[in-house]
Amino acid sequence: MKKKINSNSLLLLITVVLFIVMYAGGCIIYSAKGFTHLQTFLNILINNAGLICIASGMTCVMLTGGIDISVGSLVAMDCMILAVGIEQWGWSSPMLMLFVLVIGLVFGLVQGFCIAYLDIQPFIVTMAGMFFARGMTAVICRNQVSIVSDKIFTTLSSLKITIPFGGYMNKKGVMQMPYLRVTVIVALIVVVLIYLMLKYTKFGRSIYAIGGNQQSATLMGLNVKKTKLKVYVLASFLTSIGGICYCLNTMAGTTQQALGLEMDAISSAVIGGTLLTGGVGNVFGSLVGVLINGTISALVKTNGKLISSWSNIITAILLCFFIILQSVFAKIKDSKK
Amino acid sequence: MSSLKKLTQKRLFLPVFSMILVMLINVVYDVACGNAPFTFFTITIKNGVLYGRLIDILNRGTEAAILAIGMTLVVSSSAGTDISVGSVMSLYGGMCCMLLAGYGNTNVSNYAVPLIVGIGAGLLTACVCGLFNGFLVAYMNIQPMVATLILWSAGRAIGLLLCNSQIVYVRVPSFQKIGAYVGFMPTPIIIAAICILIASLVLKFTALGTYIQSVGINKKASRIAGFNSAKIILLCYVICGLCAGLAGMVATSRIYSADTNNIGLNMELDAILAVALGGNSLGGGKFNLAGSLIGAYTIQAIDTTLLALGVSTAQSPVFKAIVVILIVVIQSEPAKDFFKKLGKKRAMAKGATQA
Repeated sequence: MKKKINSNSLLLLITVVLFIVMYAGGCIIYSAKGFTHLQTFLNILINNAGLICIASGMTCVMLTGGIDISVGSLVAMDCMILAVGIEQWGWSSPMLMLFVLVIGLVFGLVQGFCIAYLDIQPFIVTMAGMFFARGMTAVICRNQVSIVSDKIFTTLSSLKITIPFGGYMNKKGVMQMPYLRVTVIVALIVVVLIYLMLKYTKFGRSIYAIGGNQQSATLMGLNVKKTKLKVYVLASFLTSIGGICYCLNTMAGTTQQALGLEMDAISSAVIGGTLLTGGVGNVFGSLVGVLINGTISALVKTNGKLISSWSNIITAILLCFFIILQSVFAKIKDSKK
Repeated sequence: MSSLKKLTQKRLFLPVFSMILVMLINVVYDVACGNAPFTFFTITIKNGVLYGRLIDILNRGTEAAILAIGMTLVVSSSAGTDISVGSVMSLYGGMCCMLLAGYGNTNVSNYAVPLIVGIGAGLLTACVCGLFNGFLVAYMNIQPMVATLILWSAGRAIGLLLCNSQIVYVRVPSFQKIGAYVGFMPTPIIIAAICILIASLVLKFTALGTYIQSVGINKKASRIAGFNSAKIILLCYVICGLCAGLAGMVATSRIYSADTNNIGLNMELDAILAVALGGNSLGGGKFNLAGSLIGAYTIQAIDTTLLALGVSTAQSPVFKAIVVILIVVIQSEPAKDFFKKLGKKRAMAKGATQA
């Protein structure tokens, strides 16, 4: 049986091929600087574990045709609550993590209610959410707070999960085994769960249906409002999980944290083949999108001579390329009809 | 009762109402502090320049007001927002200061090229950015937010690249003048007044405004009616880019340096907020420039008031967020229906008691 490749899976295929080409290119050019080590790849995962969770949530929101630009500020607020909670309020960290997750749920509930039931544009509502969370971060504490005193949190942050293969000898002749952090495991579990949810549950299929055509979804008897509400709650919840991962990475809370993270998440999803008009996309694509973003900044860092804004420029060029590609595919599809 | 209803249904009601509310809060605050009740409105001349809170609001609100002009047109014609304006402002700063100081210099006290070349090149860059955005939106049919996302991320980065990731200072009086004073008048206010005047004259004496609205209401129908819809949308984005450049000019001259990381940071949100606050639908179509402008100055008034109340700049977004949510909730359709029902119920109850 011949499997038909439609334009959507072709987009995903291009993304994957691009990632492989980019990574292979990096390996060839910077092999002397250690780009070929397995650890380089794992570092990309470690650095972007939080972003992977957030991008998964963003993908779900974008599948319904909406957008959530509050995620960056929400991460900053989560980090600040964790940092201040541990250092100044003296709460235990499991309790705080639970608290942060609940805040994520409530935040999503308010935003989702405004969007789904009051019919306000997602961009405006989440923009207000963004202002609110960023301001609250400063209300909680205006200085940088570093997390040092909580044992569970520091252990979680420094825990290395070693992988039994792919090690290399360092200059002193000691075998270095590649390792992962807890955050990466969490992020990968999130991606798999979201993938299964989108593919096999009623909720997941309704998300695609609403994104494809809201009117026909309503006529089909789907509860559009409820589904939309749930999607925003899910996104904010995943953002809170991502925020905890992010905080385990940075171990600090500042008011300027995670600036522009929402755009990283959106661009990852777009590069991964999610259409902003909704209905088309895949959470694995977003994962690859995050990896591409991570690879670009890893390449710029490994080069050492280029200033960091180059990674922004390259990402923007890629984004441009993918957006135009999407629009060309859409045009071809239209003309076939 | 009916006259009140007529008043609330006017398009300018909401922006004017919020402006008056902010001013009232100021008056109450002044009285509570033991100042004269109208400290807010007094304008005096100190050190040969105009001084007062109103002047401050007009002065500081210049960038948001200029951006609001371009943003209103973009929102109206393409039913989307241009989120790249803040980055384009910063790109203008990078381009202009890089040329004026000469590439690689970070602190100069005379120009490398004439002032007009620097400003012209900066404004031209901003227009090219607008052209790029407009091309993607109008001819490639890409959602405005996504299309402008590219420059949102790249604009600031290119600005940093031009300045070698450093802050470039141009310490020349004629350059600082744009962000300072002409005689006793703050120059930004004059620039804003000129921009507003030109925009309103063009909209009043040409059919451009009508074209834009018709494209925004129904793109296909206006094309069939004989307008070149794509060209009009493109034009709107170029105007928006030019406005971003002008706002960047004021912002850059204010601090006579290209602080690329901070110029225009989050300004796109202020501009969009101004448009929404002005009673314009973000879904495109009919627009009201005066509303947007009042919205822009209201936002600045809120900021200045919060500062006067002792709230730090980092914390003020909380209040801004609450204001935004309140305004959009009041404007939303379900809320309007709810109020209508409430009014009917009250009228019925009244009727029942009278009977």
